[in-house]
This record gives sequence, structure tokens and C-alpha cells, in this order.
Amino acid sequence: MCGIVGLYLKNPELRDRLGAFFSPMLEQMTDRGPDSAGVAIYRDTEISAGEGKVILYHTDPDFDWDGIAQAAADDLGVDVTAERVSTHAILRATIDAGAMRRWIESNRPKLRIMSSGAILEIYKEVGLPADVLTRFGVPQATGSHAVGHTRMATESAVTTEGAHPFNTGDDLCLVHNGSLSNHHRMRNWLREQAGIAFQTDNDSEVAAGYLTWRLGQGATIAEALEAAIADLDGFYTFAVGTRDGFSVLRDPIACKPAVMAETDDWVAMASEFRALAQLPGVDSATVWEPEPATVYSWGHA
Amino acid sequence: MDVIDLSQTDVRDLNRRLQGAKDGGFQVLHPGGEHALAAGLTTPVAVTIDGHAGYYCAGMNQEAQITVNGNAGTGVAENMMSGTVRVRGDASQSAGATAHGGLLVIEGDASARCAISLKGGDVVVGGSVGHMAAFMAQAGRLVVLGDVGADLGDSLYEAQIYVRGSVVSLGADCVEKEMTAEHKTELAALLEQAGLEADAGAFRCYGSERQLYHFNIDNAGSY
Repeated sequence: MCGIVGLYLKNPELRDRLGAFFSPMLEQMTDRGPDSAGVAIYRDTEISAGEGKVILYHTDPDFDWDGIAQAAADDLGVDVTAERVSTHAILRATIDAGAMRRWIESNRPKLRIMSSGAILEIYKEVGLPADVLTRFGVPQATGSHAVGHTRMATESAVTTEGAHPFNTGDDLCLVHNGSLSNHHRMRNWLREQAGIAFQTDNDSEVAAGYLTWRLGQGATIAEALEAAIADLDGFYTFAVGTRDGFSVLRDPIACKPAVMAETDDWVAMASEFRALAQLPGVDSATVWEPEPATVYSWGHA
Repeated sequence: MDVIDLSQTDVRDLNRRLQGAKDGGFQVLHPGGEHALAAGLTTPVAVTIDGHAGYYCAGMNQEAQITVNGNAGTGVAENMMSGTVRVRGDASQSAGATAHGGLLVIEGDASARCAISLKGGDVVVGGSVGHMAAFMAQAGRLVVLGDVGADLGDSLYEAQIYVRGSVVSLGADCVEKEMTAEHKTELAALLEQAGLEADAGAFRCYGSERQLYHFNIDNAGSY
């Protein structure tokens, strides 16, 4: 079982309170997933063209991130800085995040890449959601939207790698409640035919890779999710973040729960309503259950 | 009327108090989508929940009159034996699942698998319902004033289904039947009991074709 949540702020004036609104949502989903938790935060920062960041993870809390930044800077010929955030680090450079990601995949293949993009930051760890939120300073986070996941592992080990959200390309992230049945074949196809790199054997990472491939083909996220209804087999409720958008999709059988709420200020989704019950203005929000096999999108998704 | 505020106490305390009462009225404040609200009641108490309820609200109800002034999550009034449960808003999937008796009224919409495996209770929905409604329903009645999603009444036994709006598709062994005068009379009485205004003559009736759950000796060689 898993809990998933997503929050997209329609009112830009609320962006300094993204983490404050979002953290109680994730914490409410502890009963659905006490093993590990992960969050994807879309920062509200001005980005200049060609600027990117990659979030990395290492089990050693004293890992030499400055050394990695220096090696990347030497090879790529740009300034690269490293900022340690608990077991993670943010590598920033005036270079496309994809180029930095490819450098790490080629030169430091043992480093775990949590995310790459211009504004996306993904943090995930084992432990109770409340502890994970505190560890990465999520309650203080600012930004436009956030997506989160609490995991109760049923088919694979409780590890940081198995935690969601998954990112396989620039600024896209996906959280998943459910299980996919054609992920093995789809992973091979995406790897061999589309050049998508995967870091785990997790089925949900395949869904992220599939969307990354579709977006690379020029699809909008709404079009990519429409195509996913035909191509991905299994049970799923997906919440997906893109640079400036937020989307939700349930499989045609709709076994996995989802509830949504929207006001003039925000739109939010969660596995259960109680995750939304603390949001300001929820009493007057429009609350509904997303229809099966129907794509819901906000922002420039 | 006793007021129980869930911002001041928890669900266990709430249910302990409700289950310990012989009669009387209770108002529940700040339900916050919590699960199993007012579950397992066995006496004719009247409970009003002001706000949205989580999963299995009013589950296993016997005799109590429970009203949710909001939406209800998965499995509202599941396995109800008697009494009345009213949801003023929408209900999530599996509303009224396996209910043996009593009346569940959903004034808004209900999503997938409404009245799944119904065993004798009545479920009346003012709005529309999602796919696989009344799946394997054995006895009792499902009434839908709005529209119905795909695969209505799949593998139906002897439950009766009345629909006023459109039906996307019928499930295996579910067929439209003649709406007789008897049907109209019992439906009109049920609608009145549910407090929903609708002309019983505007409904279609669906039931089992009885091909699926009857063993046919001609097919013995296939097993």
C-alpha cells in the first residue's frame, strides 16, 4: 500500500507557504506508508537559460560532494557547486541539467540520481514521513507545486532507491499507487529503443521513463498520459509534476483511491480525503473523485 | 443532543460512546475524513456527522440513523444490517457493499462498484454511479436517479435495479426487464422512504437473465 499526495498552488502569493501546506498532507498518509517517504518540490526560482541542478544521494553522510562538483566542473568546463542536504546534495551549474546527469551516469555510475532539472528537487529516505520531512526542511520549502509519496513496501526491500517520486528526465516526476504488470518489457523497450536510463527495477520508474520518452517526442504531459492508458498495463493512480504543471491519472478500473479538491488558490490530490482536510479553505473547496482513465491537468501541463 | 468534536477527541472514543448509547442524538464535528466513523452501531441512535467522512463510515450498521453532511469515502454503510444511512454529498467506491438490510441514501453521486455484492439492503442514489454497480448483487434494490457507468449488474443474482438516466453498458447476465405495475408501486414507496422526489414511471428495471448462476447440465462436459 502507498499514500500519494500532490499540491499545485494556483495563487502565486501562496508560494512561500508551499511546504507548510504540503507537509501535513504527506504526514497524514503515514498510515498508508510508514516505511519511507519522498517529496518532489518545484522551486519558485527565476531560472536563467541553461541553468540546471541535479540532486544526488549517497549513504555516507560525510560523502565528498565538493570533490564530485570539482570533477564535473573540470570535465564539463563550467562552474559546478555542491550543497549538502542531509544524505543528499544539490549540484548546480550553468549548464543543462541533462548534460550534468549524463556526466554522472557515465563517470560516477554508483551515485544515485534523485532528480535532474531546472527547478525540481527530489528528496527521499527511509523512515517515518514526519522524520523525512524534517530532515530535508520540507515544511519551510517555497515553490509552486509539490508531489509526495509514503511507501509500505510489499514486493521489494525498504530502501531509499525504492522510494518515490521517480524522475527520469528534466523536471518530470511521478508518484504511483498501484502496480504495473508490463513494466519489465516496457523497461527493456525504453532502454533499447528510446535510450532512457533506469536506476532501479521498480515498476513505477518505468512509468516515469515512459512519460519522459513521450515528452521527448514532443507530446504534452496530457497527451503522454492519454497514451499511457493504452500502453501501461496494471493498477495505478499517478500524480505527475512537470516544470509548470501538475497532472493526475487513474487506470480504467480505478482500484486505487484518489480524491481531489480545488479552490481559487490551489488544487490538491491525495489517496484519502483526510490528507486534504487541513488545507486552508478546504471547507468551501470543490471535492471530487477523479474518473477512471481520465487525465486531469493544471498549469501548462 | 450530545456533541462530539473530533478536533478534541479521537475516533475510538467517538465509537465507544456511540456504541454504548441506547438511544438519543449525537452530532459529530470536525470529522476530517477519518475512517470508521460511527461504525458498528447496534441501537436506534441518531448520528449526524458534519463534514466529510473517510472509509467505512457507518459500517455494519444496525438500527442507527446516520447522516453525513458531506462526502463519504470507500465502503460507506458496508455490510449494513438495518437502519438508515444518508450521505448528503458524494460517496466513493463500494458504497453499501454487501449490505444485508437497511437503507443507504446517497444524495450526490457514488463512484465505482456501488452496491457490490448487495445482500438484501436498499441503496438509493440521487445522482449518478460509476462502473460495475451492483456487481454480483444477490438481493435487495439499487435505485439510481442519474446515469450509470459501464457493466451494470455484472454477474447479477436476484437483486433488482432501477435506473432513471442512461446506462453505459450492462454487465454479463444483466438484462432490462419489463417495468410492471408492481415494480412501480414498490419503487415509489422506496423513493418516498428515501426522501427523493422522482416519478417511478420514469425508471427502467434491470435484473438477472439467470443464465450465469444456474448450473446447466448440458454444460457438464465443459468442466
